[in-house]
Amino acid sequence: MSLLIGDTVIPSFGKGSSCVTGDHTFCWDWVREHWGDTLGPALWQHIELTAIAVVIGFAIAFPLALLAHRFRKLEQPFGIFSALLYTIPSLALFQFLVPFTGLTVTTVEIALVAYTLVILFPNIAQGLNSAPPDVLEAARGMGLTRLQTLTRVELPLAVPAIVGGLRIAVVSTVAIATIAAFLLPKGLGYPIFLALKEPTPFKTEIYSAGALAVALAIGCDGLLVGLRRVLVPWVSKGVA
Amino acid sequence: MGLEGGRVTLADAANLHTFVDAAHFIANNTGFLATKALEQLALSGAALGIALAVALPLGVLLGHFHRGSTIAIGASIVGRGLPSLVLIAAFLTVLGIGFVNNMVALAVLGSGPLLTNSYDGVERVDRDAVEAARGMGMTGWQVLRGVELPLAIPLIFTGIRVAAVTIVATAPIAAIAGGGGLGDIIVNQASYRLSGVLGASICVMLLSALVFVALTGVQIAVTPRGVRRTSVVGEPQRREL
Repeated sequence: MSLLIGDTVIPSFGKGSSCVTGDHTFCWDWVREHWGDTLGPALWQHIELTAIAVVIGFAIAFPLALLAHRFRKLEQPFGIFSALLYTIPSLALFQFLVPFTGLTVTTVEIALVAYTLVILFPNIAQGLNSAPPDVLEAARGMGLTRLQTLTRVELPLAVPAIVGGLRIAVVSTVAIATIAAFLLPKGLGYPIFLALKEPTPFKTEIYSAGALAVALAIGCDGLLVGLRRVLVPWVSKGVA
Repeated sequence: MGLEGGRVTLADAANLHTFVDAAHFIANNTGFLATKALEQLALSGAALGIALAVALPLGVLLGHFHRGSTIAIGASIVGRGLPSLVLIAAFLTVLGIGFVNNMVALAVLGSGPLLTNSYDGVERVDRDAVEAARGMGMTGWQVLRGVELPLAIPLIFTGIRVAAVTIVATAPIAAIAGGGGLGDIIVNQASYRLSGVLGASICVMLLSALVFVALTGVQIAVTPRGVRRTSVVGEPQRREL
């Protein structure tokens, strides 16, 4: 092994340590060295891709769910449509959108928003419909109008289901956003994508970017659990 | 949403034209596409087979003994939160490039919904029904075969369907790790051009939709008539008591 050092430099690994050139299981020095130019930016782009998708998805899903709550007949058609949409493979959906919007962030975001909609809409709609009949009866007995019932009774009761939907949506979006690397040099999927394209895939790059993606998903999930504790402290823990 | 101006190539601008080209590609390469689709189905089938052999009995047994809820919850998180690309890449570093690493990665991915649903399905069977069966002198095995499994079928089959669709839908990504299938065309725009990539993408979509519809049909067919209209958690089945 020591013969190789300073002798041959494998192109994309750069001038690495013996750990890097030998492609050992995990090289902390590579992570330290490439945090600034590879891992850090990829993590930030991943957060950006996810945040935009979830925020836009929520902004569309929420009014749609309110509409479906008001007109219950709309719920089933949308449910069937979303179940079918969710079976579309992300890689295929990305490619399908390329002729319309090109190899752009827009293409990726349209697909990601579509997937978040599929998760968020049924959860919000279900949450809004979850108020027990006697509670609604009591609200009407107190003289609340329909709008007041919605804002003071149904919405607060729907918060756990809404946060539950957001948790699933965020975790799934973090996962799906790694596939964006097939189109764009963005997100945590990209270092993995590049490492896989090497003749011998560079392990440290795969493991570090993969671990960051998983950590990001877990971290976002934890934040949302915290949010639920703040918003609806009376909900016992463990209820999704 | 103009977050960042990506580059738009000439081919992108002529979008309708691209779809016509894709249709031509599909029409001119049906044999090739069918071979690739079969390759993808073979990989998916093998992965689903492993997941069925491991996760299904495990979930059913854990549910039967009311043990290991943490395993079931953990499996659902793995199924949803573990990026498929990460899983495929990680298994590639351990098992090398080719069929096996992809099969294992996809099997792990499919095991999530299978384990969760088979556990939930059996675990949530009405305790009264199980008690009654025990009271009639049924052994644990008979209770599982005669009461818990039939009542759990709707949920278990939903798990199988979700796992199958997840595996088939993820299989194209495996192409980057030597998994073959229609994904080979999608990740190789240099050889097949946008029309080929788009044509293969459309085939992938159709394949997933086909698997979804076919398995939904099978699900309706295999669900015992008595359980069809009741939920697993619902009332005990009076006919069976």
